[in-house]
Amino acid sequence: MSKPTKQIHLAAHFPGVNNTTVWSDPAAGSHIEFSSFAQFAQTAERGKFDFLFLAEGLRLREQNGQIYDLDVVGRPDTFTVLAALAAVTERLGLTGTINSTFNEPYEVARQFASLDHLSGGRAAWNVVTSWDAFTGQNFRRGGFLAEDQRYERAKTFLRTTQELFDSWRGDEIAADKTAGVFLSDPYAGAFAHKDAHFDIHGRFNVPRSPQGRPVIFQAGDSNEGRDFAAAAADAIFSRHSTLAEGQAFYTDVKGRLARYGRHRDELLILPAATFVIGDTDAEAADIAHDVRLAQVSAQTAIKFLEQLWNRDLSDHDPDGPLPTVDPVVGENTISRGRASVRMFRDSIAIANDWRAKAEAENLTSRELIVEVTGRQSFIGSPQTVAATINDLVQADASDGFILVPHITPGGLDAFVDQVVPLLQERGVFRADYTGTTLRDHLGLSLPEPRRSAAADSSTGVAS
Amino acid sequence: MSDPSSPFHLAVALDGAGWHPAAWREADARPADLFGAAYWADLVAEAERASLDFVTIEDSLTLQSDEHFEPNDRTDRVRGRLDAILIAARIAPRTHRIGLVPTAIVTHTEPFHVSKSIATLDYVSTGRAGVRIQLSARPDVAAHFGRRELPHLSIDTIHNPAAQQQIGEYFAEAADYVEVLRRLWDSWEDGAEIRDIATGRFIDRDKLHYIDFEGRWFSVKGPSITPRPPQGQPIVAALGHGGASYELIAGSADVGFVTPHDAAQAADIVGEIGALQWAAGRSRDTVHIFGDVVVFLDHTPQAAQSRRRRLDGLAGAEYRSDADIFVGTPAQLADVLQEWHAAGLSGFRLRPAALPHDLVQITEGLVPELRRRGLFRTAYEADTLRGSLGLAHPTNRYATA
Repeated sequence: MSKPTKQIHLAAHFPGVNNTTVWSDPAAGSHIEFSSFAQFAQTAERGKFDFLFLAEGLRLREQNGQIYDLDVVGRPDTFTVLAALAAVTERLGLTGTINSTFNEPYEVARQFASLDHLSGGRAAWNVVTSWDAFTGQNFRRGGFLAEDQRYERAKTFLRTTQELFDSWRGDEIAADKTAGVFLSDPYAGAFAHKDAHFDIHGRFNVPRSPQGRPVIFQAGDSNEGRDFAAAAADAIFSRHSTLAEGQAFYTDVKGRLARYGRHRDELLILPAATFVIGDTDAEAADIAHDVRLAQVSAQTAIKFLEQLWNRDLSDHDPDGPLPTVDPVVGENTISRGRASVRMFRDSIAIANDWRAKAEAENLTSRELIVEVTGRQSFIGSPQTVAATINDLVQADASDGFILVPHITPGGLDAFVDQVVPLLQERGVFRADYTGTTLRDHLGLSLPEPRRSAAADSSTGVAS
Repeated sequence: MSDPSSPFHLAVALDGAGWHPAAWREADARPADLFGAAYWADLVAEAERASLDFVTIEDSLTLQSDEHFEPNDRTDRVRGRLDAILIAARIAPRTHRIGLVPTAIVTHTEPFHVSKSIATLDYVSTGRAGVRIQLSARPDVAAHFGRRELPHLSIDTIHNPAAQQQIGEYFAEAADYVEVLRRLWDSWEDGAEIRDIATGRFIDRDKLHYIDFEGRWFSVKGPSITPRPPQGQPIVAALGHGGASYELIAGSADVGFVTPHDAAQAADIVGEIGALQWAAGRSRDTVHIFGDVVVFLDHTPQAAQSRRRRLDGLAGAEYRSDADIFVGTPAQLADVLQEWHAAGLSGFRLRPAALPHDLVQITEGLVPELRRRGLFRTAYEADTLRGSLGLAHPTNRYATA
């Protein structure tokens, strides 16, 4: 018996501040002017995408003690630009990455509830954590959080915001002019929450929004991150876009849901994916190689080596062999504000793997970096890319993809114009939106408010 | 004191269904729409039709209350609101010339976040952003954050030395906050993005600057993650009623909202803030002083009076305000504003008692009257809010060239 055909979910990641984005391309536009964001979002909506995705960073990256200048630098405030995008789109979901470490629940809850109202139910929150004192230098509390507490804080932060969202049931605004009753419940918005991280009480001031709560995304890949997602998220922004890795991740995370009393359909797995489309597969492969060279300039290749070697390699020849010295083990002091360097858990072993590969394939340092970092997920003709995506989704490697173009803001055009129609012809992607909210697009139900006991007390203050 | 023939500026303060607590019960009020974008878009579009300088949008980090320093449980008033900065951002792409000045509460929020929010509002509005700085002295608001205990203040004890010292500290924190906003806005020089393909550099990092602010309430390293906004420095505004609030306006703001009750008071306030401005070393900066006035406007004085009485009756109490309350015709209001403008105020922030009624009286009654008198622009003359306010593109404090 064959299983039913799955519908694919597609989203668009506004190109970010790393070397995936080819700012040197003549077609590359602004990363900060609103017109770029508007064009990108409207393209995604023309393609009937589920949502737009924005990343966030709260401190400019540094390498060798200086602000990193080789990638795109600078981005807008997440909430503010999403609220503006709500004005120039009608159905597209608006997903923002917001840090749970350098914010407070009351603020974040009112911003997401406001965004959900102002967009007619299209808000989503990608919950991320950080703990580093480097980022903390921009905030009142500084680097206050120990690394091993970051998920604990994120979990309680999310739970606290959900209590704030649920402090309004949704029927309190009577606005009865004749009777003079604006609020049907004098204690609307009452909340009280106390745990190791938050001790807050009072009145939440944003009435329940169209989606009840924003859709929750989670992006961490660790065991703790996966548990966090299984317990509390509606979708995961993962990094496993190949068949084998995707299936392993999918099986693992979906398997955790039952532990939290949740059904397999209540959590969507959406890996990030890059793509290059050509008229033919061969042409796409050529373009993909050129894009990789643009993504890894000679200067960028040296910076990548430094991130693994954890030492200054500014005199190293990018067109020569890999460094003969070994990486400096221990805390990475060369690169700050970059999550990827934390994945280099055993830098000497990785360096030895890279040396072996470079020797076997006769690669220079730069060519090696081109090979080992960031090859595009989907390369081919529109037919090939559509078939690949559909095969991966039907094989349960994912429920869809968050596409990351390498050109701003036009990098989505070819996909929307050439690949989306093929997916629509196959009947695996919507021909038009059937609902108005992001929950509608993702097939997620509207959450019921769960009012806390505090909400029913006459004072709204914790007893 | 400004020349009576100097440009006359006009702003409108938007809050819920209007400033009168019973405004939401008027026939033309839209209380069920307060939590949607269309309501705010319609109001700002109406203000823009009359070429007003800007709108402000009120905000708070708790439910509205009839009490100054504590919550109350009334259900016959508008309760609940959306984040003002996000309302402004939602409206920005659908308007073209009008300035957008949302309120930011500085006592509990992060200057780093608010700096990039307002910078981004400036990007999405292509140069029309400002921010009205407001502090929060209420213990119940502090309990929403759980990070600091604030002493309880009350109207009866507000003039005690201890209370005054506490309030002075809130304003000192607000001044530090504005300093951080301004440094972060300057932390990228104009032209820092170079896209130099030969060297592979996207930015010239010598044009990015650590702000290294260290103060009693927060320290902020910088630079901002958001490049310098189109206006360089978005407009900073604050409301003041004397004392420390005037020091904040004089030392930190571009626009101060004040609450005189006659022309003589207006002149005194302008003089007082001017002296503080000089003492703060800002005598060469323009600080616009706007008079705040609550307005009930109708075609006849009798109609305006009876509407006010009717609203007071619905509310069960006479409406009071920190600002002067004007009740009458748009032409009568024009007389008052003209006199106060001659006394030295550069403009006015009108608080419509009821929306949309009093806003439409401003756009269709007051503004045409002011134009007939040659006092107010007949169309926008600038693309940016700084431009409308006659402020030049500011030099960057970190630029060396």
